[in-house]
Amino acid sequence: MGGNIYIYIAVMSLVSFAVRVLPLTLIRGQIKSRFIRSFLYYVPYVTLAVMTFPAIVETTQSPVAGALALAAGVGLAFAGAGLFPVAVCCCLVVLAVEGVLVA
Amino acid sequence: MMPMTMEKRGAFRAGLRDGVPIAMGYFAVAFSLGIAGRNAGLTAAQGFVISILNHASAGEYAGITAIAAMAPYWELALTILITNARYLLMSCALSQRFSPETSLWHRLGVGFGITDEIFGVTMARMGAVEPVYTYGAMLVSIPSWAAGTALGIVAGNILPLRVVSALSVALYGMFLAIIIPPARRDRVVGALVLLSFLCSFALGRAAGAFRLDWLTGGTRVILLTVLLAGGAAVLFPIKEEECHGG
Repeated sequence: MGGNIYIYIAVMSLVSFAVRVLPLTLIRGQIKSRFIRSFLYYVPYVTLAVMTFPAIVETTQSPVAGALALAAGVGLAFAGAGLFPVAVCCCLVVLAVEGVLVA
Repeated sequence: MMPMTMEKRGAFRAGLRDGVPIAMGYFAVAFSLGIAGRNAGLTAAQGFVISILNHASAGEYAGITAIAAMAPYWELALTILITNARYLLMSCALSQRFSPETSLWHRLGVGFGITDEIFGVTMARMGAVEPVYTYGAMLVSIPSWAAGTALGIVAGNILPLRVVSALSVALYGMFLAIIIPPARRDRVVGALVLLSFLCSFALGRAAGAFRLDWLTGGTRVILLTVLLAGGAAVLFPIKEEECHGG
């Protein structure tokens, strides 16, 4: 089953809400299982890394621009730059590189 | 509404102030999310509602990808659960910082507001969590996120292809800003990020080469997250204090 946009939005929003509020409202003490806590600790890094690469190289018009944006983003984030500067610099790298390559 | 004490008003103002840089970042990133939404056939109003209710970059992106692919409802639910699973941990960490008498409504209110950034600024405050502080940050940043999404859906049409191409990497830039600093501090996380890049690339290629239609982008995210994060949890279980890390 699938296909209705309003059901899609409802499903997304309900799951997002449940994920955020359930631990906060139900679990008053600490989670005991070391495995579950470790798993949850590692989840965001794997998820975001899998979503970022190779997608960042495939989403731009020129793969070279995407690859350079990836390198710039990793470098800046490694140096401690925040969310906004890293995101903007990745955009500027693509804009500059594609200005030379794609034009 | 109950009148606020001076102390609460100060915390609320501090939340509004700290929300401003978050809102600026959100606007740019949400714009690129809107472009993805436009490609998935969403209207500006639908994008706005999705962003007000979900306000999650990776989760919304994965959700919009699933919607574009006309995925089954259970697959969308599972995708959102997996991509937003980190909020479970943040919610767990926040619960340890709440004063015990905090009402259910404040728990629901603050919980609803959890994002990487709002969680970050809330946890960075001293002492017990002040719900009004978090509400201040939410009030500034979440509407900006939703407006950015709607504008991305509308203006994705008007903007030249080069600008769209450039903006489409903003989201990935933000993901890098989230994962790279912990990867630098923690060698296991660093190796895990690198391994995730490689596996994502290899599995994507395999799906294309062997024409595995069921192995969509969303399915690859779920599969690799369960396998790699599960493997890391078995091989490198975390120490106590890391549960509270932001």
